[in-house]
Amino acid sequence: MEERSLSQRLHLDIPLLFGLLLLCAVGLMVLYSAGGQDAALIYRQAMRMGLAMLLMFMIAQISPARLARLSLGVYLLGICLLALVLLTGEIGKGAQRWLNLGIIRFQPSELMKLALPMLLAWFFADNHLPPSLSRIFYATIIIVIPVLLIAKQPDLGTSILVAAAGFSILFVAGVSWKLITGFSLTAALSTPVLWYFMHDYQKQRVLTLLDPEKDPLGSGYHIIQSKIAIGSGGLYGKGWLNGTQSHLEFLPERSTDFIFAVFCEEFGLMGVLLLVCIYMFIIIRGLYISLNAQNTFGRLLGTGLTLTFFVYVFVNMGMVIGQLPVVGVPLPLISHGGTSMVTLMIAFGVLMAIHTHRRLLSD
Amino acid sequence: MRQEQTIVTYPARRWLILTVFLAATSCLLWRAFDLQISNQDFLRDHGDARSLRTVSIPAHRGLITDRNGEPLAVSTPVESIWAIPRELLQSGRDLVALAAALEMSSSSLNDLLQSRMHREFVYLKRQTQPKLAREIEELKLPGVYMQHEYKRFYPSGEITSHLLGFTNVDDKGQEGLELAFDDWLQGSLGSKRVLKDLLGRVVADVESIQQVSPGKPLSLSIDRRIQYLAYRELKAAVTLHSARAGMLVMLDVNTGEVMAMVNQPSYNPNNRSGLTSDRFRNRAITDVFEPGSTLKPFTIAAALQSHLYDDTSQIETSPGYLKVNDHTIKDHKNYGSLNLTNILKKSSNVGASKIALSLGPELIWQIYSNIGFGQSTGSGFPGESSGLLNDYNNWSEVELATMSFGHGIAVTALQLAQAYSVLATGGVLRPISFQKVEEPVAGKQVLPLEVVKNINRMLETVVQEGGTGLKAAVNGYRVAGKTGTAHKAIAGGYAEDRYMSVFAGLAPVSNPQLVIVVAIDEPQEGEHYGGAVAGPVFSGVMQGALRILNIAPDDLPAIESKIVVANNENPSAKVLWQ
Repeated sequence: MEERSLSQRLHLDIPLLFGLLLLCAVGLMVLYSAGGQDAALIYRQAMRMGLAMLLMFMIAQISPARLARLSLGVYLLGICLLALVLLTGEIGKGAQRWLNLGIIRFQPSELMKLALPMLLAWFFADNHLPPSLSRIFYATIIIVIPVLLIAKQPDLGTSILVAAAGFSILFVAGVSWKLITGFSLTAALSTPVLWYFMHDYQKQRVLTLLDPEKDPLGSGYHIIQSKIAIGSGGLYGKGWLNGTQSHLEFLPERSTDFIFAVFCEEFGLMGVLLLVCIYMFIIIRGLYISLNAQNTFGRLLGTGLTLTFFVYVFVNMGMVIGQLPVVGVPLPLISHGGTSMVTLMIAFGVLMAIHTHRRLLSD
Repeated sequence: MRQEQTIVTYPARRWLILTVFLAATSCLLWRAFDLQISNQDFLRDHGDARSLRTVSIPAHRGLITDRNGEPLAVSTPVESIWAIPRELLQSGRDLVALAAALEMSSSSLNDLLQSRMHREFVYLKRQTQPKLAREIEELKLPGVYMQHEYKRFYPSGEITSHLLGFTNVDDKGQEGLELAFDDWLQGSLGSKRVLKDLLGRVVADVESIQQVSPGKPLSLSIDRRIQYLAYRELKAAVTLHSARAGMLVMLDVNTGEVMAMVNQPSYNPNNRSGLTSDRFRNRAITDVFEPGSTLKPFTIAAALQSHLYDDTSQIETSPGYLKVNDHTIKDHKNYGSLNLTNILKKSSNVGASKIALSLGPELIWQIYSNIGFGQSTGSGFPGESSGLLNDYNNWSEVELATMSFGHGIAVTALQLAQAYSVLATGGVLRPISFQKVEEPVAGKQVLPLEVVKNINRMLETVVQEGGTGLKAAVNGYRVAGKTGTAHKAIAGGYAEDRYMSVFAGLAPVSNPQLVIVVAIDEPQEGEHYGGAVAGPVFSGVMQGALRILNIAPDDLPAIESKIVVANNENPSAKVLWQ
C-alpha cells in the first residue's frame, strides 16, 4: 500500500495553496494602497481571508462522492433563495441581491456559482458520455433558470459567471461540435434580440466600451480614468503607495472592481505580468487537477470551477483595461469584499478535495 | 454496488481550452503593453492634466504704519468660499449643514445655486474666518472650494479712514493712500503647481513657478497719537456747532510731512456697507474753499516786500467800508486808522483792500503763486485739487480788492497749511509728503526772511488780548495765526448765513515746528467766527501735539517768576531748575 503524504492526509494541495497565499498577499498590499492606507480595512480583509481559508480547508475534507450526493439539494436551495431575494431581498447600489439572515447578509447568487457546476457535474457523471440530446436539453434548463433569476436582480456580472460555469461543463462533458457551432451561431444572430432586452444602463456600457470619449464626464468616466491610471504606470509603475490617479480619488471604485487599475499604476507592466503569471499558475494547476481526477464528476466539476475562475479574472481585467464592457465583477482575492472570496475559497476547497480524496488503485 | 466508471476524455477540447486561455492572456497583456508602454506619455499627460493645477499665491499687502511704527493698515489671512453650482447640486448632498455654516437658509442657498446653475464660479461667502472655512471643508462637499485671500483691517478705524482710504475685496487700493501707493503696497502674485484631488483639495505642492513677492511696508509721516487727538478735537467742535463738515491738517514745517489730517464726518473703513462714496472724500485735499481773512498775512507780506509799507505805515479804514466800483467792502465795524499789525489783529477788509489796490495785481498774484496756491502740493494724494488762482491779467479792481482778504480764490486746507508753513520756515516752501521723511528736505525761498519775521510778530497779536483769535492761544507757547470767516459762495453770489470758519497758525514762534489749519464748514449752533469756532480746535490740538512731540515751551513768564521765588525761598532748588 502506497504511503500517503502529509498534505494528502490533510487534503491540501500544496501548489494551489501556495498560489492562493501569494495572491492574498498581493491583494492585501494593493488594497492597503487603494484603500487610503487604512490599517483597519486591511485587518478586516485579512480576517475575511483567514475565515475563507478555514472554510476551504473544511470543504477539502469532504469527499467528492459526498459532494455529488449533496448537489441536487444545494441547487434547489439556491433556486429557492434566489426567488426569495427577488421577492424580499435588500437593495444595494440599485440592485436586489442581498438576503438578510439576521447575523449575516448573504448573496444567494454566490451559492449558485458552486451549486450549478456541482449539479451539472453530477447530472452528467451518472451517465455515459457524450450526453444525449435530451440530457443536453435538461442541462440547458438547469443552467438557464438561475442565470435568468440572477440577471433579473439585476446582476449581469454574476449571471455571466454562473452561465460560464454551466456552459464550460457542457463543453467538457462532450457536447458535439455541431451543437456548439449551432449554438454559437444562434447566440451571434440573437445579439440584436439580446440588445432589445438589455437595460438602458447595460446598453450604455457597451456603447461606452466602443467609444468612451463620447461622454467623458458621464458613462465614459470610469473607463477613461482607469485607462489613464493604467497608462501612467508605464513599465515599472510609480511604486507602491505612489499612484496619483488612484489616490486622488479620480479613479472610482478603486478598492473594489477597479483595483486592478491601482495595481497597474503602481507596479507597471512588470507587475501586470507577475500578477497574470500568478493567476495562470492557479488556473493551470486547477486544470491539471481536473484532468487527473479519478472520476467524471471530479473532472467536470474541477474544470467548471477552474474555468469560472478564469472568466472571473479576465472579465474583471478586461473591463478595467477597457476591452470588455463594465460589469460588476471583482478581481478575485484582491478586490475588497468578503462574499466572492468565500465562494472562491470554497471552490478551491472542492478542487483540493477532488485531488486528495483518491481511491487507491494499487490493491 | 456501482460499476467502476470509465472516464471519457476529449483531448481536442483540452487543447481548445488552453488555446482560448492563452489567447485571452495575450490579448490582455497586449492591451496592457499598449496602454503602459505605447501610450504611456499620452496617458500620463492626461493624468497630470487631471491632477496638476497651477494656482496663484496671494501676495501679502504691505503694512502701513505711522511714523513711530504703529500699524494703521494690516492684512490678515482670510478664506473665500466658492462653488461650482452644477457639481454641488448634482451631487445630491444635503445642503443644510453648508447653509448653516454660511448663515443662510437652505432655501436661499438653493435658490442662489439654482439661479447660477450654468456658471462655473459662484462665491458663497467672501473673506471669512479661516476657522469657518475649515468647518466647511470638513463637510467634504463636491463643488465647494476655498480660496486664500488677505483682508485689510484698519485698527484706527474712523480716525485714519480718509487718509488711508481702503482696498476693495480684491485687495486693490480704491481710495486714499491705499490707492496712491497701490503698486508699492500690493506686491506681486506668486504661482505654484500643486497636486489636487477630485474634490479640488490641494494634496501636495509640486513646484514653485513664481515666487510670491509680498508688498512693501509703508511708513507714513502721520503720528497716530496726534491724529487721534486731532480727530477727537475736530469731531467735538463739529458736533458742538452742528457743522456740516470739518477738516484739519497739521504739517511738520521743517520736512513738509503731514503729521495729522482728519475730516468730519468720518466713516468706519472696516465696515463700509451702506455708505455713499461722497463720504470717502478726503476733503482736506480734494475740496476747495475760499480761505477768507487767513490770506491777509500774505497781502501784508506783499506790502512789506514792496517797501511801500513798513511797521509805521497807517492805513485809514474809516468809515468802515470801501466802495470799489459797484461793490462795497465792509469791516466788522469802523476801526479808524490802523497800522499793518492792527489790520491783521482786527482783520480789517478795508485796510487789506486799500493795500492791495495800491500794490496792483501782479505782486499779490506773485506771492500767492509762490506760496503754492493754484498748484498741486506734490503730495501725490489721489484726487488732490490744485485750487483756483486766476491769472492776474483778468483781475478786475473788485477782484484785486477781495483777493486781499481771501475771496475770489479757492484753496484746499492742505494748500493753506503749506502756505502757512512758508511763514514758519522763514520763507521756505517745501513739498508735502505723506511718507516719513528722514533726510532734511530742500525747499525754495519764496519770501524774504525779514518779511516773514515781521508777519509772525504781527500774527502773534491775533491770539492776544483784543485779537480775533484769542481762543487759539496755547498756554506756554507763542502762537502766530490768523482767523478767517468766509461767506460761502453760492450760485450768483455769497450766502448771508453760511460760513466757512477757519483758523490757520503756527507754533512755537521762536522756533516754528508745526502748522495747523482748521476749517469748519457751515457751523450752525452758537458762533460762526473762525476765531470762536476753529480757534479752540487749533489751540487744543497744538497744545497736545507740542506736548506729545516734546517741544520746549517758549513762553513761560509765570514759571520764570516762580523760579525766582523758589530761588529766594530755597537756594537748593536752584540746581533743580538749571
